Amino acid sequence: MTDPLDRMIAAAKAGRMSRREFVGRTTALGVSAALASALYTKAAHAEPKKGGLIRMGMQGGESTNSLDPALAASEVPFAVNMTWGEMLVDVTPTGEIDLRIAEEISANADATEWKFKIRQGVEFHNGKTVTADDVVATLRRHTDEKSQSGALGIVQGITDMSAEGDMVTLKLASGNADLPYLMGDYHLIIQPNGGIDNPTEGIGAGPYKVVVHEPGIRHTFEKHANYFDTTIGHADQTEILVINDGTARTGALQSGQVHMMNRVDPKIAELLKRAPGVQVKAVPGRGHYVFIMHVDKAPFDNNDLRMALKLSVNRQEMVDKILGGLGSIGNDFPINSAYPLFDDSIPQREYDAALAAEHYAKSGHDGSPIILRTAQGAFPGAVEAAQLFQQTANAAGIPLEIKREPDDGYWSNVWNVEPFCASYWGGRPVQDQMYATAYLSTADWNDTKFKNAKFDELLMAARAELNADTRKATYSEMAKIVRDEGGLILPMFNDFVEAVRDEIQGWEADPNGELMNGRAHVKCWLA
Amino acid sequence: MHPVLTLVVQRIALGLLLLLAVSAVIFLGVAALPGDTAQAILGQSATPQALANLRAEMGLDQPALTRYFQWLGGVLTGDLGTSISNRTDIAAAIGQRLGNTLFLAGWAAVISVPLAILLGLVAARYNGRWPDKLISGATLSAISLPEFVVGYLILYFLAVKWQLFPSVAMVFPGMGMMERLNAVILPVIVLVLVVLAHMMRMTRAAILNVMQSAYIETAELKGLSPMQVIWRHAFPNAIAPVVNVVMLNLAYLVVGVVVVEVVFVYPGMGQYLVDHVAKRDLPVVQAVGLIFAAVYIGLNILADVISILANPRLRHPK
Repeated sequence: MTDPLDRMIAAAKAGRMSRREFVGRTTALGVSAALASALYTKAAHAEPKKGGLIRMGMQGGESTNSLDPALAASEVPFAVNMTWGEMLVDVTPTGEIDLRIAEEISANADATEWKFKIRQGVEFHNGKTVTADDVVATLRRHTDEKSQSGALGIVQGITDMSAEGDMVTLKLASGNADLPYLMGDYHLIIQPNGGIDNPTEGIGAGPYKVVVHEPGIRHTFEKHANYFDTTIGHADQTEILVINDGTARTGALQSGQVHMMNRVDPKIAELLKRAPGVQVKAVPGRGHYVFIMHVDKAPFDNNDLRMALKLSVNRQEMVDKILGGLGSIGNDFPINSAYPLFDDSIPQREYDAALAAEHYAKSGHDGSPIILRTAQGAFPGAVEAAQLFQQTANAAGIPLEIKREPDDGYWSNVWNVEPFCASYWGGRPVQDQMYATAYLSTADWNDTKFKNAKFDELLMAARAELNADTRKATYSEMAKIVRDEGGLILPMFNDFVEAVRDEIQGWEADPNGELMNGRAHVKCWLA
Repeated sequence: MHPVLTLVVQRIALGLLLLLAVSAVIFLGVAALPGDTAQAILGQSATPQALANLRAEMGLDQPALTRYFQWLGGVLTGDLGTSISNRTDIAAAIGQRLGNTLFLAGWAAVISVPLAILLGLVAARYNGRWPDKLISGATLSAISLPEFVVGYLILYFLAVKWQLFPSVAMVFPGMGMMERLNAVILPVIVLVLVVLAHMMRMTRAAILNVMQSAYIETAELKGLSPMQVIWRHAFPNAIAPVVNVVMLNLAYLVVGVVVVEVVFVYPGMGQYLVDHVAKRDLPVVQAVGLIFAAVYIGLNILADVISILANPRLRHPK
């Protein structure tokens, strides 16, 4: 084989080259496309090496964290729980259901009754076997308000749950075609007897057992010898170090003390790429940065004014300057191509000062300043993004003004309180969940106060619809309603920006969550 | 009773009284913060009934004075209460963190205090000549840089570029002594650089001040070497101001190093406090505040006592 081909195979093995790029470049060397594709498959699926210790350095852990999966809210508890825990299902990087503790899933015709067959012989870390009763007890605990579960909204729609043999049956108040995706929520980790006796004991059926749990400092794990899935969990031990300071985290990665890190500051991503032994991974996800207007408060109750503001954002400029190019432009609805059933034919909204001025004139606004509240903590670069917004809006003759708020108390005093502010969303596995969380009239987190009967009706119709084409068309219609009438200005979707050392193999981009949906240390191996 | 002893006992009693006053101020300050603990736990979805239940459960419906004395009683018996955010015993959690902080501060002190005094003596001996200028220049530049800049510089060169020491100073129970020392070496270097100049300059200034005295001239005239003059006659009389500055710096090493802890990911008290402030975990904030105040007051009492004992006029009253 020729030298450049060897180099490219090595690059593919290390995950530095996508299939498209690999095929494109090898065919340029005269290799047939079919052979190139086969070579890539072979290289990218090199036999994993077992053993060793994989360390991750992560932002997003505090000494206040708990092992109770119901309470997980930040990045470190999420990854910790994904290490020792296992859900009924997971979601693959391409958006399909990955069967974990559930072995088979079936639904009745209107998606109101679901049956989950429990995989045989899956073992908890304490030696007990996972039963259908454990699954039901787990779901039941999360439906109890006292558990303070982050998944309460997800399990609330379940009216009845029962276990019979190895079969769990869930009955819903109204049909939901996405229920299996909801069972992949990271809070819904199956615990012995649902974790009712001791929710924080950290006993699960996941690939690793908890050895040390020092919240805000470090979490260490050892391999669960009887883990049911032999295709993942390659390292003997794994460790998550909490390193909240960005420079310290980068330093730890560069000096080899950790193998992977989350949250690379986009400002330094270019510089870090040049560092020896380190690769930067930008993974398009579903998270997005937004400016939200309360559609029930003046002056934002006027759709022409909202449209004027939406048209006066220069989206590409924000992606380039705020995200350092590591992201993609948004279209004022919270869905992108990372979601299943995304309609890519909806026209992209562009910066148009003239049209914005036209809508602004039509709105009859009195010319008093429109106050946009922002804070450094709203999202990384929120203050700068607001300044860019102000410039382009002022160019369109809209008197946008910025009021900078303190980070402390931003989420309790500004967000959901003031009518126009900067914020962010992390995205959800499926469209239904994203819309139901923040755009349904009755949603808990309806932070734009958007109430639209037609939209609600469509959401319910799509939820119970099992035909994918019909659902896609309905979701497309809903997207257009939010885009043209909602209070959401969504200029950009941010990538997960992470970095790994060269010795890490088996890396795969996963839009579901950062660090391969919290399982980079479980799915990768050391060269 | 010996008059010096009376003076010492008075100082200690005054310190304890001060600590009591500080505890009241901490309690009042925390109580005066807007919003209450029950609201903080339940978040924005709190219903009035749930709020009332939780307030009753935590005793928040009692008058502030009752709660203060309950809290004070608990503190005196070693019960610091329970953390709100993760429902763990605060005393146990703090115990380990405080141990880590004292370990780091201890090593930084063991290195920096003798080094600062020695450098101060040398600088005073060669006052105005090149050793003085070199020592002052080097230590003053180290103190002029903010500690996180010193931290990042050291991290970049010693950990990332030359890979001599670990960049993450993670210590945990069950670690061997040598392992522990290896882990904390970078933060110790940074802390030494940060506190060195202050103590060194004070030693130098205090000694130069004493060097103007007539008895120093006498010592020189009776033929002692300059270093002997400084060590035997000048230094003992310069102890009082030096001890005060040393103690201030030791207190800083315990209570003020949160930035260094963050840069080197060291699990000490500062990081623990910051995490709980962010979560509005007020019992922890109160407890840590009180411990920090106790450290400050304790070290200052110690400084006073040493100054009193080092003062011959007080030791041998007429």
